[in-house]
Amino acid sequence: MSEPYVVELRGVSKSYGDVRALRGVDLTVADGELLAIVGPSGSGKSTMLHMIGTLDLPTSGNVRIAGHDVARLSDRELSALRARYLGFVFQQFHLASGVSALDNVADGLLYTGTPRRVRRERAAAALERVGLGHRLEHRPHQLSGGEQQRVAVARAVAGEPSLLLADEPTGNLDSAAGAEVLRVLGDLHAAGTTIAVITHDAEIAEWCPRRVRVRDGRIVEDQGSGRTPPAEITKGVPA
Amino acid sequence: MSAGARPAPARLSPSDVLRVGAAGLRSRPARVVLSALGIAIGIATMVAVIGISSSSREELLRQLDRLGTNLLTVSPGQTLFGEDAQLPTGALAMVKRIGPVSTASATGSVDATVRRTDRIPEAVTGGIAVQAATGELLTTLEGTVSKGTWLNAATERQPAVVLGSKAAERLGITRTGVQVWLGERWFTVIGVLGPMPLAPEIERSALVGFPAAEKHLGFDGHPTTIYERSSEEAVEAVRAVLPRTVSPENPEEVEVSRPSDALAARAAAAGAFTNLLLGLGAVALLVGGVGVANTMVISVLERRREIGLRRSLGATRGQVRVQFLAESLLLSALGGVTGAVLGALATVGYALSRDWPPVVPPWAIGGAVGATLVIGTLAGIYPAMRAARLSPTVALAAS
Repeated sequence: MSEPYVVELRGVSKSYGDVRALRGVDLTVADGELLAIVGPSGSGKSTMLHMIGTLDLPTSGNVRIAGHDVARLSDRELSALRARYLGFVFQQFHLASGVSALDNVADGLLYTGTPRRVRRERAAAALERVGLGHRLEHRPHQLSGGEQQRVAVARAVAGEPSLLLADEPTGNLDSAAGAEVLRVLGDLHAAGTTIAVITHDAEIAEWCPRRVRVRDGRIVEDQGSGRTPPAEITKGVPA
Repeated sequence: MSAGARPAPARLSPSDVLRVGAAGLRSRPARVVLSALGIAIGIATMVAVIGISSSSREELLRQLDRLGTNLLTVSPGQTLFGEDAQLPTGALAMVKRIGPVSTASATGSVDATVRRTDRIPEAVTGGIAVQAATGELLTTLEGTVSKGTWLNAATERQPAVVLGSKAAERLGITRTGVQVWLGERWFTVIGVLGPMPLAPEIERSALVGFPAAEKHLGFDGHPTTIYERSSEEAVEAVRAVLPRTVSPENPEEVEVSRPSDALAARAAAAGAFTNLLLGLGAVALLVGGVGVANTMVISVLERRREIGLRRSLGATRGQVRVQFLAESLLLSALGGVTGAVLGALATVGYALSRDWPPVVPPWAIGGAVGATLVIGTLAGIYPAMRAARLSPTVALAAS
């Protein structure tokens, strides 16, 4: 058997009542890819994020994450799968206020069964990777928006997940801060992390080497190779 | 990255559970203080009520210990025809002959009044009784003389009087040697007694010797109260034989009582009225518990994002439930510990102000902690279930 895909969607459909958010989606993501899932709001890209992130189950079709068939796992096992294989970055950062950057990142490993001392060591290393090694003890309100999102990225990658899912990671940032976050994602990709960016922003999509366009619950285009490096960021990328 | 074993969730260590629970509280200090206050008031009330009544009981028991419970009094009851009975004049001698009796003495009511001077109307007695007393009375009652002396073989024949502490106070007598108008002549005050908790009637009496009472006041020699002490173990046996000894012909006309019984009854009753206050404390505690539940429900509503984030980080439903239960338990434990400390302080303060020995029973503290844990669990169950039921997708929902 060949190397399993990080993400494998086969004929995935999802309905909310009468609304068919996804209509038979097939998608595979291999280890080390950087791709954008791009589409306007209502296109079904958020539902795809829920499916890939195992936050919700499909109505029909098959979802495999890191080789695990999601439909066969209990809620507990799905939680464990998220803890071990997936890292999330959200548009609103979701950092705990009043808690240092280091502890915010360390808490990302809370559910992996890692002892606290090791969690903090890994958190420090992850913050180093996103270029915030000098801001370990800063509280979120003492950091800029771009820095806060980089802390969130550090939290997502601290556990070395198989896949980093970034949902509109630059949506709440100005273009300079957005560029800063994309640069960090690019560096992580170069170091081997598999990253899926969910966005409605065409420019961010263009920056990604592989683009999966979603419209009306279907994949309408899948172009580029996820393993090539992303375009270089020269000035700012508009948010 | 192989599709090997099914992923198994990791356990949270107890210290991580505590940290996560405390983190939720730390971010909202004002709300935590206010909702813990409800629990604290309830627990403080209950601990203080139990503590103060225990201290009061302890004080009464110590008093009993000090005064002894071996004193019995004998007094005349009523005849079969409903008239007042009399004790025989030889009753005291008979009582002294009972084996275990170590000391016995008698007082007899004298039909006379005592006044500061002969100018004061006869009706103004100040509630002071005039009684004849035998010389051993002070010994039997283990009383003290606060000023002057007690009656002796000489003064009990003379127009000399010893005043009980309250009687002296009411007559305005502060020193010995002064004269008071007793019956139809002047008597000299030769002594003032100290307080007598077991014989308050003596505190309100003016005491003269038996011979003097017979000679000057027309006393008939019949004792109206006989006091006796025996060894502690023999009290019941003595009590059984007293009526027949005192009045062999009409034992049913004799009443025997044990003055310390009144104190013992007060000690036993010290816990009774506290039930009401304890109930009040329980109501306060209940209201506090509702406050904690309310705080937790609001907290869950406000923190849907955080819950979703934790689910996306890999928290199981159980771990979310445990987090909110821990938070609720910590919140009420905070109130409980504060309340127990406040209640204990209130007990110590009140007891010391009353000169009582402060007693906070360990079971009250234990009960308070137990009640707190029960309240915390009950208050936390519903919010924790709600938190655990939230879908992990709420973290991604747009604001």
